[in-house]
Amino acid sequence: MAQTEAKTLAITGNGAVSLAMKQVDPDVVAAYPITPQTDVVQNFSQYVANGDVKAEFVTAESEHSAMSACIGSAAAGARTMTATSSAGYALMVEVCFVAASMRLPIIMTTVNRALSGPINIHCDHSDSMLGRDSGWLQIYNEDAQEAYDATVMSFPIAEHKDVRLPLMNMYDGFIISGAIGPLKPLSAEQVQEFIGQAPDYPRLLDAKNPVTMGPFDGLHGWYFEQKIAQNIAMDNALDVIQDTYDRFYELTGRRYEHLMKYRMDDAEIAVVVANSAAGNARAIVDKLRNEGIKAGVIKLRTFRPFPVKQYAEALADVKVVGVMDRADSFGAPGGPLYMEVLTSLYQEGQCAKAVNFIYGLGGRDVFPQNIEDVYRRLDAIAKGEQDAPRERVYVNTKGM
Amino acid sequence: MATQEIKKQSPKVYIDRPDHLSGGHRLCAGCGAPVILRQVLMGAGDSPVVVSNATGCVEVSTTIYPYTAWKDSYIHSAFENAAATISGVEAALISLKKQGKVTEDFKLLSVAGDGGSYDIGLQAISGALERYHDIVILCYDNGAYMNTGFQRSAATPKGAWTTTSPVGKVRPGKNQQRKNLTEIAIAHNIPYVAQASPHNFRDLIYKAEKAFAVKGPAFLNVLSPCPRGWRSKESDSIQLAEAMVKSNYWPLFEVENGVYKINYDPKKRKGAVADWMKQQGRFRHLFTPENEWIVEETQEMTDYQWERLKAMEEATARFAPQEAAEAQEPAE
Ligand SMILES: Cc1ncc(C[n+]2csc(CCOP(=O)(O)OP(=O)(O)O)c2C)c(N)n1
Repeated sequence: MAQTEAKTLAITGNGAVSLAMKQVDPDVVAAYPITPQTDVVQNFSQYVANGDVKAEFVTAESEHSAMSACIGSAAAGARTMTATSSAGYALMVEVCFVAASMRLPIIMTTVNRALSGPINIHCDHSDSMLGRDSGWLQIYNEDAQEAYDATVMSFPIAEHKDVRLPLMNMYDGFIISGAIGPLKPLSAEQVQEFIGQAPDYPRLLDAKNPVTMGPFDGLHGWYFEQKIAQNIAMDNALDVIQDTYDRFYELTGRRYEHLMKYRMDDAEIAVVVANSAAGNARAIVDKLRNEGIKAGVIKLRTFRPFPVKQYAEALADVKVVGVMDRADSFGAPGGPLYMEVLTSLYQEGQCAKAVNFIYGLGGRDVFPQNIEDVYRRLDAIAKGEQDAPRERVYVNTKGM
Repeated sequence: MATQEIKKQSPKVYIDRPDHLSGGHRLCAGCGAPVILRQVLMGAGDSPVVVSNATGCVEVSTTIYPYTAWKDSYIHSAFENAAATISGVEAALISLKKQGKVTEDFKLLSVAGDGGSYDIGLQAISGALERYHDIVILCYDNGAYMNTGFQRSAATPKGAWTTTSPVGKVRPGKNQQRKNLTEIAIAHNIPYVAQASPHNFRDLIYKAEKAFAVKGPAFLNVLSPCPRGWRSKESDSIQLAEAMVKSNYWPLFEVENGVYKINYDPKKRKGAVADWMKQQGRFRHLFTPENEWIVEETQEMTDYQWERLKAMEEATARFAPQEAAEAQEPAE
């Protein structure tokens, strides 16, 4: 393992991801600005203006066209990136499905922001959760370092011949996108070496081997099998992602896994949480551990594909799990993460008690006290002092 | 190639050009679209082409998996985004050529019907034209959403029956006159915009060749007869297109760097809109005392638009580059 000597930068999440994009220097970027992603597009425009990158930048007139241009570009054989948030992502969704079905390894940063309405610019995860069935790989990141690292790691994952799926990286709007934190960047050479060249595959810009892409499936009907192939690629991605994480560890000493366990070894109560709130959860766990409460945290990273076995294993000896969702699925049994975790337990024949906490919608603050309350409740349930509620528990709401 | 060097050639010259679209596609008998596509792609000559196609008749009939009628690379991704998709292809082409990863020259063509151009795809087209990609955007205008069963579009003529502008006791078909998409394209101040018709194939191929030759975006709007949607005879398609042109309803003209040129001027209008309307079942209900005013209004609109076009030609003539003006052929 060769630790990098790079000095630590103080940088925003968006700054970190822009830097990664500059170092990756894809062939094409097509994007449209939206808060809180905007700096990513602006920074990249500046790199283009300065001649720092070779990329062609398509300043699309909408996110729908940005993603469509990404499809054209990736199908043409170019390494292609974009970034968005919230309403912009929602506008893309139709063609996001197309990108995945065409097996185009487009890399997108989705800076998490609430979906309208009412219009709200702050963080929650309703935007990326909208795309959970779109066929994109989804990786959630806690801070600027993770978002930077994930951007670099995206390419060998998405472009891998057994995967070939588009990939999106998430991090929290404002909380991470706009707040300054530490970053240990790689050098541009290290990034280039790590990502390598994309493997060859049929492309539009091959005059000797013209190809028809996105044909009509109307009469002969291979749609179903095509969808199964997408699922097989998702399954394959589990190993490819972990292998890439491991290779990245060799380079940087920073270890990543599908889910990041904190003090889970003997944990009796645990919280599953994504993105920036995980830091608060770890701090509360330290506090509770000092009191002798066996608490742990599981931080979500890979959401698509969902690592069912890993969740079941991590929660095997846990008595009560609290799943914290920063998005809701109206009318469903619970938030999206809750349903995935419960299904994973069920599929592996486990039945720990589980409670769904919905928090932080539209950027509602989640204070350490809120997370402590979550753990205290799980603890009371574990001790038999309370029943586990079947209904969602809303965290830090006003007058409800 | 300088566009001044591009001239209308004899049919013999065009007929020897490679065919980019093979037979065996499943477009209807009498459909204008494959005729138009062949002619437009003849304008690309020997060059390989990447075609980006919107959802619609052409897409569903030429790419029925596992078959394809396309000899060039082709991509369909959705209905409203053919122009955005080709924007991405162009960006990729520029980038990969710069890096030496692609060495061939490609012509880039975006193809959509009037639904995918006048309506749902308008934004993507406008964006692509404004960004000045080196592409050709083709609209085959058959005057309705034909693929999905003849629903009205912004290109549907006033009074026409469609399945979403049906004829009933209180409504005589579509209530509104058409949108002028060609003028909208011109307003983007792009190098080349032209309107054409498949009955005049020399004119169309010549325009396509110019469109491919200019640096920057070009827009072609081509009238595309549709026997199913127009309720007309398959064997009448080309003749109907000709009648629509001769009545001045669909003038053949081009606008190069803002300079208008009418390519076919009947001097005195040949025929009336009523002539070809009568041959199309979608207008049948208009020839009654209560509805005749729609035919009259369409004639008035047509005459006005024609006069306006002539005025534009006159007004912009002084901006024509001198040599180019001399090199121009007399209109047929
Ligand atoms: C977003 C979206 N809306 C609606 C449709 C349904 N649809 C497919 S093709 C089409 C009409 C196409 O009309 P046009 O562009 O005029 O082409 P034509 O069918 O006449 O060739 C419609 C409405 C779709 N595929 N996608």
